[in-house]
Amino acid sequence: MNTTSKTFRSNIITLGLVLAFYAVMEAMLKGGMLSSLMKGLLVPLCYYMILAVSLNLVVGISGELSLGHAGFMCVGAFVSAVFARTLGANLPGMVELIVAVIIGAVFAAIFGFLIGIPVLRLRGDYLAIVTLAFGEIIKNVINAVYLGVDSNGLHVSLKDVKSLGLEDGGEVIIKGAQGIGSLPRNSTFTFGIILLLITLFIVINLINSRHGRAIMSIRDNRIAAESVGLSVSKYKLTAFVISAALAGVAGVLYSHNLANLQATSKNFGYNQSIMILVFVVLGGIGNIRGSMIAAVVLTILPEKLRFLSDYRMLIYAIVLIVMMIINSAPKVVEWRKVMAEKYFKKDKKNADGGEV
Amino acid sequence: MSSFLSYLISGISLGSVYAIIALGYTMVYGIAKMLNFAHGDIIMVGAYIAFIVFTNMGLPPVVAILASVAGCTILGVLIERIAYKPLRGASSLSVLITAIGVSYFLQNSALLLFGADSKTFTSLVNIPSVTIMNGEVIISGVTIVSIAASIIVIVLLTLFINKTKAGQAMLAVSEDTGAATLMGIDVNKTIALTFAIGSALAGVAGVLLCSTYPVLSSQTGAMPGIKAFTAAVFGGIGSIPGAMIGGMVMGVVENLSKAYISSQLSDAIVFALLIIILLVKPTGLMGKKIQEKV
Amino acid sequence: MADTNEKVLLDVEGISISFGGLKAVNNFSIKIKKNELYGLIGPNGAGKTTVFNLLTGVYKPDTGRIILDGDALTGKKTIEINRSGIARTFQNIRLFSNLSVIDNVKVGLHQHHEYSLFEGVTHLGRYRRVEKEMTDKAHELLKVFELDESAEFKASQLPYGKQRKLEIARALATDPKLLLLDEPAAGMNPQETQELMDTIRFVRDKFDMTVLLIEHDMKLVSGICDRLTVLNFGQMLAEGETKTVLNNPDVIKAYLGD
Repeated sequence: MNTTSKTFRSNIITLGLVLAFYAVMEAMLKGGMLSSLMKGLLVPLCYYMILAVSLNLVVGISGELSLGHAGFMCVGAFVSAVFARTLGANLPGMVELIVAVIIGAVFAAIFGFLIGIPVLRLRGDYLAIVTLAFGEIIKNVINAVYLGVDSNGLHVSLKDVKSLGLEDGGEVIIKGAQGIGSLPRNSTFTFGIILLLITLFIVINLINSRHGRAIMSIRDNRIAAESVGLSVSKYKLTAFVISAALAGVAGVLYSHNLANLQATSKNFGYNQSIMILVFVVLGGIGNIRGSMIAAVVLTILPEKLRFLSDYRMLIYAIVLIVMMIINSAPKVVEWRKVMAEKYFKKDKKNADGGEV
Repeated sequence: MSSFLSYLISGISLGSVYAIIALGYTMVYGIAKMLNFAHGDIIMVGAYIAFIVFTNMGLPPVVAILASVAGCTILGVLIERIAYKPLRGASSLSVLITAIGVSYFLQNSALLLFGADSKTFTSLVNIPSVTIMNGEVIISGVTIVSIAASIIVIVLLTLFINKTKAGQAMLAVSEDTGAATLMGIDVNKTIALTFAIGSALAGVAGVLLCSTYPVLSSQTGAMPGIKAFTAAVFGGIGSIPGAMIGGMVMGVVENLSKAYISSQLSDAIVFALLIIILLVKPTGLMGKKIQEKV
Repeated sequence: MADTNEKVLLDVEGISISFGGLKAVNNFSIKIKKNELYGLIGPNGAGKTTVFNLLTGVYKPDTGRIILDGDALTGKKTIEINRSGIARTFQNIRLFSNLSVIDNVKVGLHQHHEYSLFEGVTHLGRYRRVEKEMTDKAHELLKVFELDESAEFKASQLPYGKQRKLEIARALATDPKLLLLDEPAAGMNPQETQELMDTIRFVRDKFDMTVLLIEHDMKLVSGICDRLTVLNFGQMLAEGETKTVLNNPDVIKAYLGD
């Protein structure tokens, strides 16, 4: 009944699963047992797991809803891609990658901070709509931006390549909706797994710290948390910014896995944010390991079951509704409790604490 | 000057549509205390219904409008009954995720049913346009109808809430659900009625929106939905005149920034406005502070 | 017990608040001395919890002032007031229901046991030492309330009476000067109430605490309160030594007429 050792054991299982997953995949890769489709999925699996774990920090641990997770990923992807094409162009691959991760995380965190400040003081619904709006804006803005570099430094325009006014020998980096080309493609499965482990390290440690307890206590009862002197907006913001930074890291992994990076509604749009939310909801809100497993299953399954691909998003929608009703509808919860007591004969004395 | 005036007028016209959508958000938010994310997508469904009845079946515009309103009303009530009602009393996070699920469901059902290609919506409004200022400014029929419709809706809604028993019940539920129950008000029925009215308005908005911008796809309702929510927040969530004013401001800002700043960034500007409003005056122009019970 | 020479800890003068034209609390004043056990009683709807909400900054008073140990608290936010030394429990229990019992107390200890976010995320630096301090302190508090056995249970799994005790433990963890208890005996059977009385007295003595409590259970009130204030319809009806107040004909009338 000791939850401290129980959480410890649970964390060990989580880390063990990741390492086992890595070992199996790596062995199959070395043994030539992976199809080219699966090979292509190795890095995506890593960034989807990072996205799922980091969104769970906001949805499950902080109890807020962010619909702009893909937007933060987009920030990390583009900032790191610009870095790869400019300052990072002459760095050795690994050094470039590590610096890119840091830059991507920092920029995504800054955006998270700027959005979080006005919104996290308010009711949760506002965060959902503002992050949704943010995700769409960032995509629109990036599609409108032209960025070039020459000996005078960076040039930005919202019109076209010509208006950048580059001198001869200057280089165009972002070509509006055409995005950024000639990227290094230097992210690897091993690097992705390392980033995933770092993500897990950060999130799991956070949950087991005074900051994490503060975040969860605010989720459970805001008024009581204030009554013991906790600043609600400070801790909500902490969770939100860390989550945004980690989504930025996923974005770096994404952009460094491609030759050409564009912001489309497919990769950084609403649909992507919803898909990450589905990972979290299906894996269990607040359940870190579950959301990782859901990310893996829901990434591989549709590739294997092509005939379902048309219905994929419709199924996601149904998953969201059904999971919520099963897990949260008061009557269903009550019924499950009765059933559990009937069949497992747990003589738990449950007492609910009045109205909210 | 004359071009500014036409932008302004079309902004007010668009704003009228936003106002009608915002009313749906604001009523549901005020009474069911939830953000009905799917509201924007009900608009899209309404527009598809009107499109089928008018363009595909060749029936008169009035029939198309009525079909759209009726269809949306039924849809709104069904959504409430199936998806939201079981979750009454659950955490707001669960309700919100469900609402997103419903929104996503509607969008992707439409995508499967009608395909990814957008349809060209033929305007249902065949009122001639009016020219003013010696022909320099043309006000289209849709503009006139949109503005008139929003005024009629506001007046009728205000009368309904202040003069009818059902309207008073809505007010009571929005003030205090518990007390309303004690007073013998059927809260479930009142919430269902709210969804019915809000969704009926979404049907009207769908027809007007697509008569103004004749492109119809599964995404048609999403952006206007968010903008109208922004309008509702700006006016003060829960306030009917607030929704009207917020809608107008939002429409004018969007149109003017399209005209004078950048058409690609007009959405970004509107949302930047939302963030500024939340920062400066989160309760909106006419909203009141919601106090939690301790 | 109430010696006039003793220091006044809480000094409230003439606070009022109205909701939509209705005066919920009107011109409420109270002086509580250090180490006193003070009762706030009155019929349902008299405005007792509203007084607590005013004292803890949930509502801002329209008029009047609140002074705790020389600090002006009027108009301050809930978190500032807690940091200045007022902690409370709630009538409708508000625990962090998904956290363990011990973590509920640790959240209360939060402000007085610090390490940085970086240390929290990496578990480096002060993390281990401070966490151990917090764990020890939390166990100490839980022992006082005989909750130590259930330390690792989820708070929502505790029976009702223990939940009330856990709320008190959490409030005490913030190291307050004044403890506000909102109907601590609600829902308890006579034996539990008796235990609770002993615990409250023990807390007062052990932690050198000053307690203001709202209570309906007259046995508890007359058993432990040094002095009382009676509220009725937001107005102060009587105040003074417990025995005197309870024999006051106006008070008896207000209760029987309820």
